[in-house]
Amino acid sequence: MAIDYLPLLIVLIVAALFAAIALVVPALLGPHRANKQKLEPYESGIIPFSDARRRFPVKFYLVAMLFILFDIEVIFLYPWAGVLRDLRDNYSIWLALAPMGFFLFVLIVGLLYEWKKGALDWK
Amino acid sequence: MPGLDALPFPLPTVQQVIFILIAGMTVTGALITALAPNLFHNALGLVLAFFGVAGVYVLLEAEFLAVSQVLIYVGAIATLITFAIMLTRGMMFGRTSSTNRLMLSTAIISALFFLVLTGLLVNVAWPEIGAELAGSEQMIADLGEMFVTTYLVPFELMALLLLAALAGAILLARD
Amino acid sequence: MDWINLLLLPVLRSVALIVVLLTGFAYLTWYERKLLARFQVRIGPNRAGPYGLLQPIADAVKAVFKEEIVPNMADKAVYMLAPALALIPALIIWAVIPVAKGVPAIADVNIGFLWILAIAGIESYGIILAGWSSNNNYSLLGALRSSAQMISYELPLGVFLVSILMLAGGFSLVSLVETPRAWWEWIWLWLMFPLFFICILAETNRSPFDLPETENELVAGFQTEYGGIKFALFFMAEYINMITTSAIMATLFFGGYRLPFGLLGDVIWLGPFVLAAKVIILLFLFIWVRASVGRPRYDQLMQFNWKFLLPVALGYMIITTLLTVFLK
Repeated sequence: MAIDYLPLLIVLIVAALFAAIALVVPALLGPHRANKQKLEPYESGIIPFSDARRRFPVKFYLVAMLFILFDIEVIFLYPWAGVLRDLRDNYSIWLALAPMGFFLFVLIVGLLYEWKKGALDWK
Repeated sequence: MPGLDALPFPLPTVQQVIFILIAGMTVTGALITALAPNLFHNALGLVLAFFGVAGVYVLLEAEFLAVSQVLIYVGAIATLITFAIMLTRGMMFGRTSSTNRLMLSTAIISALFFLVLTGLLVNVAWPEIGAELAGSEQMIADLGEMFVTTYLVPFELMALLLLAALAGAILLARD
Repeated sequence: MDWINLLLLPVLRSVALIVVLLTGFAYLTWYERKLLARFQVRIGPNRAGPYGLLQPIADAVKAVFKEEIVPNMADKAVYMLAPALALIPALIIWAVIPVAKGVPAIADVNIGFLWILAIAGIESYGIILAGWSSNNNYSLLGALRSSAQMISYELPLGVFLVSILMLAGGFSLVSLVETPRAWWEWIWLWLMFPLFFICILAETNRSPFDLPETENELVAGFQTEYGGIKFALFFMAEYINMITTSAIMATLFFGGYRLPFGLLGDVIWLGPFVLAAKVIILLFLFIWVRASVGRPRYDQLMQFNWKFLLPVALGYMIITTLLTVFLK
């Protein structure tokens, strides 16, 4: 039943409340003596001459993209892994192994392709 | 929604209250995504909406779908979007216009789509399963079994689709 | 409907859980400082109370009464949200970890595995938000590095979890601990443990994988602009994550709340203490590694994941599949 998950929602709410209290209460307790220099971004002691609106290597984007694809493949493994032994018992060893074998084969081909293309290099 | 109408008393049930909270969260997230002037805030709104959808899946007793939603949409796709924003000059801070020349046509298409969805919602006879659903673990087990029996071909085709996407990703992101 | 069981009990258990974790966090900082000091032939904190035992309390008081600063270039709302988002996942992941026979910390939901996966998947958000909202070069670069590192190491971690799931044959952590395992299963699992631990080190941004906050190049990484209690919350998130992941590893690899060979299996109240003992031993491992291993370069870190850990994890999973199908 969905109601079984209510405790998870409750622990989420309690944790969020705790975080909120931990953020708000000290802000009221501490001193408030801000000045312009204090509020500058930290730049190793010099006055910031560029803000952080620069661009970053596209490499990070590629990592995130590869992550999505592999993440999707991995999440499909979970239901199968949970019933692996039932599949063997109720159907056959062949059915337990072959479909996922092909799936994994495609996944590994993808990984090897990436490797060959240098998408895994960080130079 | 299973169980929502099963209880005899007119007070909102726990599930209804939770549904309203989750729905409100989803809609708020969607509105932030569409209306906030800052692109990064849009992305965060999207994360909130994704979470709301995951919550709806839990209420529908589709736990595996909810977890997939969180893992893939919140954990991976939204991360990719924030990366994309960080990688793009001039899009990180400050205000960007959330509309462009195509505003009118988009509005019309969206309205039509909304009408189609509403029509579907009203006219389709939704199956009411009630409380006879199998336990969550059993449902995930059934899913695992169906991957390799009933839905074998779509499942393997999906692997090929992901391979194609992989090749495309490398092609796009290489210098 | 039974409101006491439905609402009051989970609330009380949640509060108790958070109190225990906060105490654990406070004394983990003491434990780490004492141990690191010993590794470096120093004494460590010894002024506040006997053996410096009151040091964490002094630190907490200091953090609470610090001046709160929001940098003028920061995006204020997101800047305040980030530490909370870093801390919350670390706290709630505990909900499904069993602390005694048949007793999970908060809820037995049958899908404990998936809960852990899902929450681990959102842990990088606090860091991304912190890095972006601070509008500081160091913060942004640290956050980007950190989140790329975390998502990369999540993949082999996920594949290793698939292998564990295969051997266990169910999604509930409560039943996982109770399911008897054959001797070869234990050995096979423990073979994987060092690699799993490496992934965990990277996921928790612990040394030697603390590249997001390499002080010699990025000052303090994503938390450069954070001070006072907001810094303390990030700190808390990191240390509670250490405790949490130790508990997960204890549950997956070392029988969780059970003593070896089923000793005293009927004494239910012993469970939390056994689990705590295992967690303390695993935490020692975290600190030992921090004291002994140097930091790799960022490119080495990423290549190690994609070119070594991920293929090895896949290979391990394939062998586990065959073992499961033919031996169990």
